[in-house]
Amino acid sequence: MILQVNHLTVSFGGVRALDLEKFHLEDKELRVIIGPNGAGKSTFMDILCGRTRPGSGEVLFKGHSLKGRTEVEIAEMGIGRKFQKPSVFPSLTVFENMALATKMKKDVFSSLFFRTSPAFTEKIQAMGKRVGLSSVMDRPAGALSHGQKQWLEIAIVVLQDPALLLIDEPAAGLSDRETEKTGELILELCQQHAVIVIEHDMHFVRQIANGLVSVLVNGKLLMEGSFAEVRNDQRVIDCYLGRANAQLEKL
Amino acid sequence: MRVNTRAITNLSFLLVFAIALPVGNLLGLVSINTVSVWGRYFCFAIAALGIDLIWGYTGVMSMCQAFFFCLGGYAMGMHLLLKATALQGHLLPDFMTWNSFTALPSFWQPFRHFVPALLLSLLIPALVAGIIGFFVFRSRIKGVYMAIITQALALAMYLLFLRNETKLGGTNGLTDFRTLLGFDLSASSTKLGLYWVSLGALCLLYLLCHKLVHSKFGKVLQAIRDSEFRVGYTAYRVLNYKLAIFVIAAVLCALAGMLYTPQTGIITPGRMDVTASVEMLMWVALGGRGKLRGAIIGALLVNCLYSVCTSLFPQGWLFILGFLYVLTVLYFDKGFLGLFETLGKKIRLS
Repeated sequence: MILQVNHLTVSFGGVRALDLEKFHLEDKELRVIIGPNGAGKSTFMDILCGRTRPGSGEVLFKGHSLKGRTEVEIAEMGIGRKFQKPSVFPSLTVFENMALATKMKKDVFSSLFFRTSPAFTEKIQAMGKRVGLSSVMDRPAGALSHGQKQWLEIAIVVLQDPALLLIDEPAAGLSDRETEKTGELILELCQQHAVIVIEHDMHFVRQIANGLVSVLVNGKLLMEGSFAEVRNDQRVIDCYLGRANAQLEKL
Repeated sequence: MRVNTRAITNLSFLLVFAIALPVGNLLGLVSINTVSVWGRYFCFAIAALGIDLIWGYTGVMSMCQAFFFCLGGYAMGMHLLLKATALQGHLLPDFMTWNSFTALPSFWQPFRHFVPALLLSLLIPALVAGIIGFFVFRSRIKGVYMAIITQALALAMYLLFLRNETKLGGTNGLTDFRTLLGFDLSASSTKLGLYWVSLGALCLLYLLCHKLVHSKFGKVLQAIRDSEFRVGYTAYRVLNYKLAIFVIAAVLCALAGMLYTPQTGIITPGRMDVTASVEMLMWVALGGRGKLRGAIIGALLVNCLYSVCTSLFPQGWLFILGFLYVLTVLYFDKGFLGLFETLGKKIRLS
């Protein structure tokens, strides 16, 4: 078991944003988290990567508590985060973006005296090919399309070689074709990493959900099950209908 | 094509400043004062390099760089003053006698000799920048708050240096220097020598900075400017990087100040007031932020303009500078360098 969450709560100004009794993730498991807006999905990821401090409860990653650790320490332990809004380094080239992210010694002196080796360049180029960016490696990342930025950020996170990948809405703002490609990429990633994906797009969820889907509502875990179980659950449908989101029913 | 124009500008820069100007002086065409004035501009350009590293590349707006400039300047000034005092056969520098000091303050002692003075003029700013930077960056102070806090620091230090109790000459600062390493500072040959040293230092430091910003370290700095939180989640300790570049920038400014003092013959707290730091930022903004050559061009051109304008319209300089700044922000945000590059492209196309 790579991730274990017990009695986790977070409150923002008296409002309980997250109240998670139990959450488990196996190694190399792909878990999709769905839920209406404000259900606490992103907050959950924020806690896992050290952006938000929990009010109470514990998070164990590979058996070690994340309590009191900074985002750098958590990243070093092996949790990588892709944010909802693609966040890359716009003035650096795609290649440089990936090179910076790649797992290596990241202190000041190592960076000062870092030299690229052919093996290193090859590794980056291979990743570029994998995410379909090999033709734009020398362009500044700021000049990429939205979809390409999403993929670049996924590449950045994967190159850190984390044991656990947190991917927040990878399909937001993508075309159907791009969404499908992103889905294929994520399915490929879960061969080597544990992955948690937050997503709204139900077509996309159907494509990637090869295991359990967790449904968060009002900060609480409503249910966990396969995609078919979740889709047919009356409570889940009610929650989505209550938010005027008929996507589940249409499927 | 680009590489060629780059090489041509570099070469013509060296041709004009390393050969034409000194030769002109030897032939009697250019006065030694003009040469010395350019020597001082090179010092400003070195400080501008430091500002470009911290502000242009890392995106940290530090408004106390003139303070670091003066730390270097004062350290060198203390050494020069002690040498001049010894030469005159006095026990204490004049300002100390007037303020009825009986003995040389203990912190002045190490500045009697050149080498310790040289080392201290770089070590003190590095240490000060290290301490300030550590607390400021650890508290994750950014953006406008960073600008305000460093400006407040610059003001506080300015007020401190104004006081006679600081034992650094108060408002009048340090002046009346005679020799440096035995060379007479008023001699033309010494002035020319200092000009050479400044030019050499500028070229060398430019090359070093160039190496620095093109290393992976430099790329991390630019990444911090672009998206600081992403750098953190990519497992880089942003604090250490910011601290390192803050110290490097401070040392560059101090080095500039150290070279500046013997060439002007005076260093006063006026060099480190709030506007002095702002003006330094302006050089970089006007020249082209985020490009090392932009910083150099900015420092040289703005100072050149300053000496032209202050003799033509003594009251109008700040208006002209302000107007230029507004123009830059509105129409050519990449500064003079960006303007030159656009013009160059247009000429090549037509």
